[in-house]
Amino acid sequence: MSPSTPASHSEGTAGGSTGRRRRRGPRTWLAALPLLVFTGLCFGVPLGAIAFGAVTRTDPSSGATRLTGEHLARSLQGPYLGSLIGSVQLSALTALIGGVLGVLIAQAVVTSRSQALRSAALTASGVLANFGGVPLAFAFIATVGISGVVTQLADLTSLGWSLYSFTGLAVVYLYFLIPLMVLVIAPALDGLRPQWREAAQNNGATGRQFWRHVGLPVLAPSLLGGFVLLFGTAFAAHATAAALVGGSVPLVTLKIADALSGNVLTGQENVALALGLDMILIAGLVMAVYLPLQRRSARWLR
Amino acid sequence: MAAMTPTPAPTAPDTGAAPAGTTAPAPASRPGRRPRPRVWRGAVLLLAGAYFLVPLIASFVFTVHVPGQGISFEAYTQLLSADGFTESMLLSLGLAAATIALSLLLAVPALVAVRLGSPRLRPVVEVMCMLPLVVPPIALVTGITTVLRWGPEHLSRTPFYQTFLAVQNEQFPVVLVLAYTVLALPFVYRSLDAGLRAVDVPTLVEAARSCGASWPYVVLRVLLPNLRSSLAGAAFLTLALVLGEFTIASLLGFRPFAVWIVTISGAHARMSVAVSILSLLITWLLLLVLSRAGTNPATVSSAPRTSPTSRKES
Repeated sequence: MSPSTPASHSEGTAGGSTGRRRRRGPRTWLAALPLLVFTGLCFGVPLGAIAFGAVTRTDPSSGATRLTGEHLARSLQGPYLGSLIGSVQLSALTALIGGVLGVLIAQAVVTSRSQALRSAALTASGVLANFGGVPLAFAFIATVGISGVVTQLADLTSLGWSLYSFTGLAVVYLYFLIPLMVLVIAPALDGLRPQWREAAQNNGATGRQFWRHVGLPVLAPSLLGGFVLLFGTAFAAHATAAALVGGSVPLVTLKIADALSGNVLTGQENVALALGLDMILIAGLVMAVYLPLQRRSARWLR
Repeated sequence: MAAMTPTPAPTAPDTGAAPAGTTAPAPASRPGRRPRPRVWRGAVLLLAGAYFLVPLIASFVFTVHVPGQGISFEAYTQLLSADGFTESMLLSLGLAAATIALSLLLAVPALVAVRLGSPRLRPVVEVMCMLPLVVPPIALVTGITTVLRWGPEHLSRTPFYQTFLAVQNEQFPVVLVLAYTVLALPFVYRSLDAGLRAVDVPTLVEAARSCGASWPYVVLRVLLPNLRSSLAGAAFLTLALVLGEFTIASLLGFRPFAVWIVTISGAHARMSVAVSILSLLITWLLLLVLSRAGTNPATVSSAPRTSPTSRKES
């Protein structure tokens, strides 16, 4: 912290005049330097390695490196393409269902008069939204897995239920996606001013009309943003799926893990890198949609 | 979305003086429709409660009820003596402590500096801190393995090689600390940014300096206490992230807690579920402590809000 400069206390107070900024600028900059260097090294270098490895091939005998689109092309073919499509389908489906159910629950909580219910629901959402990964997979295996408690009680197997399938995975993903949606959408639902509803009412609008012309347009960015966030979360999820289904559902994260953990032909690592690049591009697209939407909804709802 | 139209209609009238945010159900004006929102809300909350509680209850039943033998708490009592439990837990806790220390040491000076004197640096710092959200951990780990492979392939005759070996030390894999710090930065940034927003840093610093405080004193006794709750928030979110992290550790071949659970699940299914329940309880406690950690309501409410986008391991 010491690099962040001794300020002479005779200088003006808040705000930072240009003079002060000029004098302090270079040295406060030093305090931010470790962070920038760190992210550059520990984040930038691996990212660079992904991008570089995805578009080049190194000849093992001569050591020569040349540009190639082959890995990216392979990552968009056959089982790899299948895994990308599988991931996108699963993420889109779970984001849609999770989004709708999350809004319903959030609306039920927000319109409730009980402050206790409200804080309990929001705290629980915060916890459950973070209950991903391996522990969640095991909780579901114990519940609706082959010898799970509920499976035995309700005899789900005879109904054709399998946890280790696309549907099973969707049910598990919803366990953390719905609370995530509740957390994201509750402030937006809170921000719908009752006065707006009264104004609409006074002008003779029905409830349906209010939602169609006021409520939903105001909520739309938050709803879309929530959907996109859920999509991104489901898309990036790996641990739950790895602990649960192994390889029986084609998902891009599982394919990358397979390719990385060896037992495959050489050159496969580069396909893993290309798949990683594909994922980053899709996730980047998701964030590029999400962040402006979040800013837009913030403008209405504060 | 269409399904949510039913409720608001009845709640619409007569909310007159109700403060924004807590819309009370409609009183007398439409007595015939009053019960509707309650039924609707009750049904939704009941179903949601069932969906979220059943797996927890069923998991607990699974761990204590052995078919044919009745109730037994063996899965919990044998945990401490289980092979590898202590080592993996200690490794995870050590990694978490190092990650928290490193991320705070990097982020606090940078953010304070941005507040104090370099506002033009702010977008740079923000983008640097938020970018890891865009990169799924599994993609990051492909990059890390590639970089780690450069060690033996290209650098074996340079001093860097020793560094590459050192960061992959089995006892304490520094490379995991580095990767986790990258993953944790967005949450640390948000939490600290929210905390700094609530404090007028330049005025505080000027005031302390005018009273003759030295810089270390200003930072340790003036700034950090004001940021207490957001520091705690950042630390807890990081702790939860590191304890649950599976992808990076397993693909790099290390065995912290989450990886250990998976390795024992084949032989000790009951125990792996028991540990899963315990880790949920631990996360729950952490978040409860987190929401009580500060006295400042603004930062308290902002803390849980940082969790939604948390890149928890899923």
